Amino acid sequence: MGRLIPGRLLAPGEARGTALVSREPLSFWGGYDAATGEIIDRAHPLAGERAAGRVLVLPFSRGSSTGTAILLEAIRRGTAPAAIIVGQPDAFFALAAVVGEEMYGTRLPVVVIDEARLAEIGTGDTITIDATGALSVA
Amino acid sequence: MGLDLSSRDREMLDGRHGPAAAMAMSIVARMAEVCGADRLLDITAAHIDSTIYVGDATLEFAERLAGLGAKVAVPSTLNVSGVDEHGWQEWAVPADWARKAHRQMVAYQSMGTTPIWTCAPYQAGARPALGQQVAWGESNAIAFANSVLGARTERYPDLLDICCAITGRAPAVGLHLDAPRAATLLLRLVDVPRRVQEDDAFYPVLGCLMGHLAEDEVPVIDGLSVVPSEDQLKAVCAAGATTGRVALFHIAGVTPEAPTLQAACRGGRPRREVAVTMADLREWRARLSTTSSASLDLVVLGSPHFSLDEFRRLAPLVAGRRRHPDVRFLVTTSRLVRDLAEGAGLLRPLAEFGATLTVDTCILATPMLPPDIRTLMTNSAKFAYYTPGLLGREVVFGSLDDCVDSAVAGRVVTDLSGWDD
Repeated sequence: MGRLIPGRLLAPGEARGTALVSREPLSFWGGYDAATGEIIDRAHPLAGERAAGRVLVLPFSRGSSTGTAILLEAIRRGTAPAAIIVGQPDAFFALAAVVGEEMYGTRLPVVVIDEARLAEIGTGDTITIDATGALSVA
Repeated sequence: MGLDLSSRDREMLDGRHGPAAAMAMSIVARMAEVCGADRLLDITAAHIDSTIYVGDATLEFAERLAGLGAKVAVPSTLNVSGVDEHGWQEWAVPADWARKAHRQMVAYQSMGTTPIWTCAPYQAGARPALGQQVAWGESNAIAFANSVLGARTERYPDLLDICCAITGRAPAVGLHLDAPRAATLLLRLVDVPRRVQEDDAFYPVLGCLMGHLAEDEVPVIDGLSVVPSEDQLKAVCAAGATTGRVALFHIAGVTPEAPTLQAACRGGRPRREVAVTMADLREWRARLSTTSSASLDLVVLGSPHFSLDEFRRLAPLVAGRRRHPDVRFLVTTSRLVRDLAEGAGLLRPLAEFGATLTVDTCILATPMLPPDIRTLMTNSAKFAYYTPGLLGREVVFGSLDDCVDSAVAGRVVTDLSGWDD
């Protein structure tokens, strides 16, 4: 059992996976390849990383409105992250997850935690998200 | 707290206004809870970014709503689509992509929308007034509606914009309200020469820097000594919404909610102040190019879509000249602006120059570029920022004059006078 961080589920679900963390926000359109689950924004610190199946930790989304569409397409293809953790309520990610569950029956938990506590998660940590939105970081 | 729905909202949720309104309201109400809204408010118009086809998911969502008989409740314009409906065969768009993107266009048209197919709706007839509550998608258009027109929209993602349009309702949060429109970050231009401020290339670069610095705050820019044109403001919007999440910014003495710096802050004080210097601007200008090689295959203009005024600027620059045979020259715009430019006699010099036009979409939203186009040049920060990741190609940023001169020379030429140390 690792450190516990309380969170609020913006989109429901449980997940366990390896964290991929950036302090820099990301636009999924132009930043995430729905075919491969790879981060393709060449100016982003996570460029070239595969986020599919991992727990993606970002402060918030930036950029294009189409980011939601890209995440929905990634959910359909099975290339989405296992979960997304943000430091502010983010409708872009939550919406794709909610619609994705409705259309494809796949859950992608989106959890908002206290922004100051994002720094407690590092790339490579194992994150467990329970049905209440609480995180365990190990 | 919790979300307090009106009786009409609940009727929609219960299906008494049809299954499409029920689906749309369930999504709007769900997102209202995510954003912490305690109520919904009426919107008077919408701009729908959900039109962009990115794969089967967006098509299935559109056709599900259309199949349920969805109709918009407020005047709703459509953003760019995934295909130039009548011109895609001139480029490398795969037929399967074109067919599906077109089906998505048909689905959104069936909802009683206004198909203007442009990411610059504000230059194609959709100009909400100061204080008007709207739900707009398309990041550059959101920033323009809020900042330049003083209309009120949150930053709407695809899928939610159409649900707001169908229900006529939006979560009463964020930029729909007064207080969150106050500037909290002051960006002060320090020793930026007037000559640079008069250069078109200044505005997209300033926008990039603003987007990067703003994080989640509302910025106000102070210290401009020129009054930017509408197209220069458009360039700031597109850039700030690309490198950041800027949905509203003010320019003291220029934008409608900022007659003064104090007014932009709505009586408060900025939480942070950052100086913007030539060194910062030079750095961001350089970051918009991925190569210093002079080789060039395509010059592309029009993100956001080219305006009539931009055609007026471009026509004399190309008149009597001819592009180099190895460099293609493309302008992306809306059908309306194309027709207006045609009527104004502005397209003939472009055609003689060897330029081509694409409407309804742009290079980022449709896979139109053939593989032999490896290096692009553009005056758009949005094209420049997204091209490497989205298209896997090299890009060079330059002013409009640089773009035309480079197309003629057949290689990249940039004039950095005024920007040099």
